Amino acid sequence: MKAKGKAYKYGNNVDTDVIIPARYLNSSVASELAQHCMEDIDDTFTKTVEKGDIIVADKNFGCGSSREHAPIAIKESGISCVIAKTFARIFYRNSINIGLPILECPDACDNIEKGDEVEVDFETGKITNLTKNIEFQAEPFPQFMQSLIEAGGLVAYMVKKGDK
Amino acid sequence: MKMTMSQKLLASKAGLDSVKPGQLIMANVDLVLGNDITSPVAIAEFAKFGRKEVFDKEKIALVPDHFAPNKDIKAAEQCKCMRNFAHDYNITNYFEVGKMGIEHALLPEQGLVTAGDLVIGADSHTCTYGALGAFSTGVGSTDMACGMATGKAWFKVPTAVRFNLTGKFNENIGGKDLILHIIGMIGVDGVLYQSMEFTGPGIQNLTIDDRFTVANMAIEAGAKNGIFPVDDITLDYLKAHGKKVPQIFEADEDAVYEKVIEIDLSTIKSTVSFPSLPDNTKTPEQWGLVKIDQVVIGSCTNGRLSDLRKAAKILKGKTINSNVRCIILPATQQIWKEAMNEGLFEIFIDAGAIVSTPTCGPCLGGHMGILAEGERAVSTTNRNFVGRMGHVKSEVYLAGPEVAAASAVKGYLADPNEGDN
Ligand code: SF4
Repeated sequence: MKAKGKAYKYGNNVDTDVIIPARYLNSSVASELAQHCMEDIDDTFTKTVEKGDIIVADKNFGCGSSREHAPIAIKESGISCVIAKTFARIFYRNSINIGLPILECPDACDNIEKGDEVEVDFETGKITNLTKNIEFQAEPFPQFMQSLIEAGGLVAYMVKKGDK
Repeated sequence: MKMTMSQKLLASKAGLDSVKPGQLIMANVDLVLGNDITSPVAIAEFAKFGRKEVFDKEKIALVPDHFAPNKDIKAAEQCKCMRNFAHDYNITNYFEVGKMGIEHALLPEQGLVTAGDLVIGADSHTCTYGALGAFSTGVGSTDMACGMATGKAWFKVPTAVRFNLTGKFNENIGGKDLILHIIGMIGVDGVLYQSMEFTGPGIQNLTIDDRFTVANMAIEAGAKNGIFPVDDITLDYLKAHGKKVPQIFEADEDAVYEKVIEIDLSTIKSTVSFPSLPDNTKTPEQWGLVKIDQVVIGSCTNGRLSDLRKAAKILKGKTINSNVRCIILPATQQIWKEAMNEGLFEIFIDAGAIVSTPTCGPCLGGHMGILAEGERAVSTTNRNFVGRMGHVKSEVYLAGPEVAAASAVKGYLADPNEGDN
């Protein structure tokens, strides 16, 4: 499974309030949440994001509240993968659980700029900056975690597995 | 592969010989916990499995404690949803009002957690059971749903920071002062995603309740879990409460830690977190005059019998300051009964405090003691975020039970070791 798209670049401590501001949490409809994704930190995001695009950020991405609305908004907006130096732990869990692939790779974060074309191979953990022609290695997901993401999240994965 | 205590426990539950930091594993859980706020969301997700049964009706604990006894109609609906689910799926460990308590005090007391257990709970303070040598951590409602259906949860194997404790606490200093001191030192993201592993000769000078308090607040430093080694103090506690067989995991001698932090318990002073983050800690010489309106003694952090005894020792024969409302919440029905039988309530009531039924209540700004604009509380709870106990312009000062009781008497933030208390 691979992802390919242009990079959006953010700094440290991108919190769940800027990913999806609390004022929009009166809805839990994914498409409505996606309309406001990242708007407090980047008002161009929702206007320019295309299916497959990738978010690249520094440390502690997704810190703050445990709202599952945050990874849902990112995923629904078309983002195929988030790469960061580190993730806040509940965001990490929630992302995987709803089937949003995320990778930790400090090297990649230091060497990818806004707009760079990036390719991610989830099986090998290889991240390629196609614009700059540099490769980085993140810890690949084990098979079951890849299947989990392919299935579209934890519940779907477990349900499918239980049927076998 | 050399492993920390947390890594060894996780490896065992995943059926692996060893694990390494960063590895993602699927592990069998020994207990899945939910409360009246998180369970209804998980119950909706659980329905997607289309199962007639949960993975093990003995290994799920459902505790109405946050807005229970029902604070309003919405809370009543939430509690009803959980109660119906518990009934429909024959959940053994559902604790109705009358049997309940704050989840993280209740589960160990009821013998539902033992050393070596892997526990997930849809509540961030699930990390409390690390005091017993269990690996326990807070998760989301989706995780809880899958846990209830399958008995499994996935984990990313954490690295660890080791806290090597030596020495002994001074008078009126305890687990709360220690953990606030640590959070003040390393920050609210000081051990992000890591395990806090407590070791050293100082451990033997920590009561099991001190350990519960310390492990409880591991999340406030960003940790995945906090864990204590299993010793005679743990085993005595488990014997008195446990129905389960403990399994002891020990860190390898040459296990790799990201960092080792040395702490001499005799140097810890009364420590208070000023608004509005738990890492904004100050010791008495930095406090100044902080006039207060309310004192709360309770919660999953400090609502145990020993906490009530510490408060009673200071309140005995004293009068609560006339400007202060002092609210005491024993964490479980069992603690309530023992405190009553010991005569602690008489001390509290004579001093002018009130004693509430067990509930999270004011800790999360739920009910039973909400703050108005501009009001300040000294509280033995664990979070002092903006608006945590009520109005956005109210303030919470986190402290141990001794500081809270001394402050209730004085009417301002007070050090219990300040002479005339
Ligand atoms: S007492 Fe407070 S921190 Fe503990 S479980 Fe209840 S609301 Fe959460």
